[in-house]
Amino acid sequence: MRPAEGHNTVHRVLGDKKAILILLGPALLVYTLIKLVPVAWSFGLSFFDGNPLGGFTFIGFDNFVRFFNDPQAIHALGFTVLYAVVITIGQILLGYALALLYVFVLKNASNFVRTVVFFPAVIPTVAVGLLFRSMFAVGQNEGPVNAALDAIGLGSVDWFASGAGTFIVAILMELWRSMGFFAVLLYAGLLDIPEETLESARLDGATGLKLVRHIVIPLSLPVLLSSVIFSINNSLKVFDTILALNGGGPGTETTPLTLYMFNTVFSYSDYGYGSTIALVLTILCLLVTVFIFRSARRDITRN
Amino acid sequence: MFLTPPTRRTRRLTTLVVAAGATAALLAGCADSGGSTGGGDSATAFSLLTPAENKVIASELTTLSTGQCSAENTALPLDSQTVAQADVVQKITLLASQDALPVQFVAGTAQVKPDGDLGKNGLLLDYEKTLTDLGVWDDILPAAVSTIKSVYGGMVSLPYQYNIEGIFYNKQLFAANGIQEPKTWDELVAALTTLKAAGVVPLTEAGNQGWPITRLIGNYIFRDLGPDAMKAVKDGSAKLTDPEYVKAAQAIADLGAAGLFGEGITSRDTDTANAQFLSGQAAATYNGSWFLANLNDPAQNKIGAENVGFMPFPNVAGGKGDSSQWPANAGAAMATSQKLYGPKVGDWLSCIATNYGSAVMKDQGVISGFKLNTPVEDVPPLTGELQGIVNDATQTVLWFEALMDAKTTKDAQTNVALLISGSMSAQDYMALLQSDLDQAK
Repeated sequence: MRPAEGHNTVHRVLGDKKAILILLGPALLVYTLIKLVPVAWSFGLSFFDGNPLGGFTFIGFDNFVRFFNDPQAIHALGFTVLYAVVITIGQILLGYALALLYVFVLKNASNFVRTVVFFPAVIPTVAVGLLFRSMFAVGQNEGPVNAALDAIGLGSVDWFASGAGTFIVAILMELWRSMGFFAVLLYAGLLDIPEETLESARLDGATGLKLVRHIVIPLSLPVLLSSVIFSINNSLKVFDTILALNGGGPGTETTPLTLYMFNTVFSYSDYGYGSTIALVLTILCLLVTVFIFRSARRDITRN
Repeated sequence: MFLTPPTRRTRRLTTLVVAAGATAALLAGCADSGGSTGGGDSATAFSLLTPAENKVIASELTTLSTGQCSAENTALPLDSQTVAQADVVQKITLLASQDALPVQFVAGTAQVKPDGDLGKNGLLLDYEKTLTDLGVWDDILPAAVSTIKSVYGGMVSLPYQYNIEGIFYNKQLFAANGIQEPKTWDELVAALTTLKAAGVVPLTEAGNQGWPITRLIGNYIFRDLGPDAMKAVKDGSAKLTDPEYVKAAQAIADLGAAGLFGEGITSRDTDTANAQFLSGQAAATYNGSWFLANLNDPAQNKIGAENVGFMPFPNVAGGKGDSSQWPANAGAAMATSQKLYGPKVGDWLSCIATNYGSAVMKDQGVISGFKLNTPVEDVPPLTGELQGIVNDATQTVLWFEALMDAKTTKDAQTNVALLISGSMSAQDYMALLQSDLDQAK
């Protein structure tokens, strides 16, 4: 078959609506069944009170009213946003700094460092949570962090007895775990910048930070943007690490929306209110993503 | 719209929906109520679901299935499975809604109450009626019956364990510091303060579990306000925010503030707390009679069982309750499915009621709420002492969260860490729980 003929065949098949339906149908069906139907179902549940065993009663918007009058829910929402913002900033800054280090300082020798820094990303998140819990432990089974604090005379800190302490550990943990991943992601973007462009900028006298600020950042903006969206959406949905670290505690100090939703549904058997929390989280993710896309589109057209 | 090639816009929209829907999907997927696939007149196995953390029940029933209950086991073989304690409510809700409950299962406290999800749907066997019909009702100790009925509002659980709780203390450490067994709360606090000065952990608890600390609050309330104090909160005639209730939370917060739990109390787990006491690093621990299994094991107990004393939670000066009212519980609810009940299940229940008490005492040294039909010899002295208390107890009290719903219970147990670390005031702690209780009404 000659190339032109092949091209024509593809055209003919893709021009046929029936063929498209056959090709896309199964995938769309599966997607609808396992994604869209449950989402719609969950959305519907948020107007009900009860659980599959006790039965459901329609209560209209009561769950939403309850959400905004529920101090724990508001706190969880606040914690989720704060965590996502801090983590996103940290991940992008650290990841970008590492990527710059790989490309401009370590150059071809960066292989080993890349692997080492990436390594925590392949450890199961729950294991990371348990690891950090032990590292920051206090008392009889004191962890290395407190041992070090003791050694330099600062005295040990009971990190997990306060929301702030747990939050700090959670942030350190997530950054340690994920910075290598973001570094690789951004590194791939930096490699796409043509060497000639950099060379000519250098000839024009742009070096160091100037080069990064005016050439590297604008040219790596698309991949930077994807990373931000990826990072913020992931950190809005944080669950396992926080649960393994301190169970969202002490109290509900470090409970994100996901964990609050999980507890509401599965520990308190309150499926309706849990769905409402899930819906709020969904809307939050949607808003954030749309917002970032919008602001980024403006940037790109301006350039 | 699906037939046109995807534009950038629809593609992006799809991506958004995928990302955003992931969380919601989890929920709705599990909310599927399923069809009634169960059916059949009777069970084909004596299926058993027990908490993974408590191996006593499953292992003892397995032992019985090859011993005294082997005939019952041949007719209806034992099929034992476990579930993590934290997942019990979720698992039972789903199994029940899919009509797939096992014959006998652990369930959440709130679920088995008459107005709970299992209770109001008539899914649970009434043991009192069934065991009376089977002629084995007398094999259940009256104290256990009274505890079960007062927690669950009916006889919907078997007393596979019957626990009394109190303070285990290290006799040597007490003597070395010139401390007599404290009779009042103030004496206890003074004793703990002395012990702290002596450089040991005065009172160790598994703080990360929450309940060992809330037990102290509850006991303080029962000693101060009388055994019905939590019932009054339940029926609304008192509030947790009333000053006399807040006082109890404050008393326990003060223990934390004074450092009487030792360092790192909020993240200390059960094994660590137990090890602290058993190795002599801690002078005392509030615990239940299930702790006997560790105390009677020389490999774990480095201080020697003869050095362990057991005292009741002390009196509170001027209080309406007194230390003869032992805190008691009958373990997690172990219910039987009404629907799967049949003659063969009945045979199993008879065999369990007749033999479990002696067997579990003999094999594992555990005190249950079943009568000891075969005398057990060589009972370790400490176990004998506690068994004696169980037999003589005339009045028992429940625990702090016994009458609370699932959310209030969880909030009580997780926020207590903030209470004893001083990040939350006693007033705020009780207000949080009271607002949970109000919401649950």
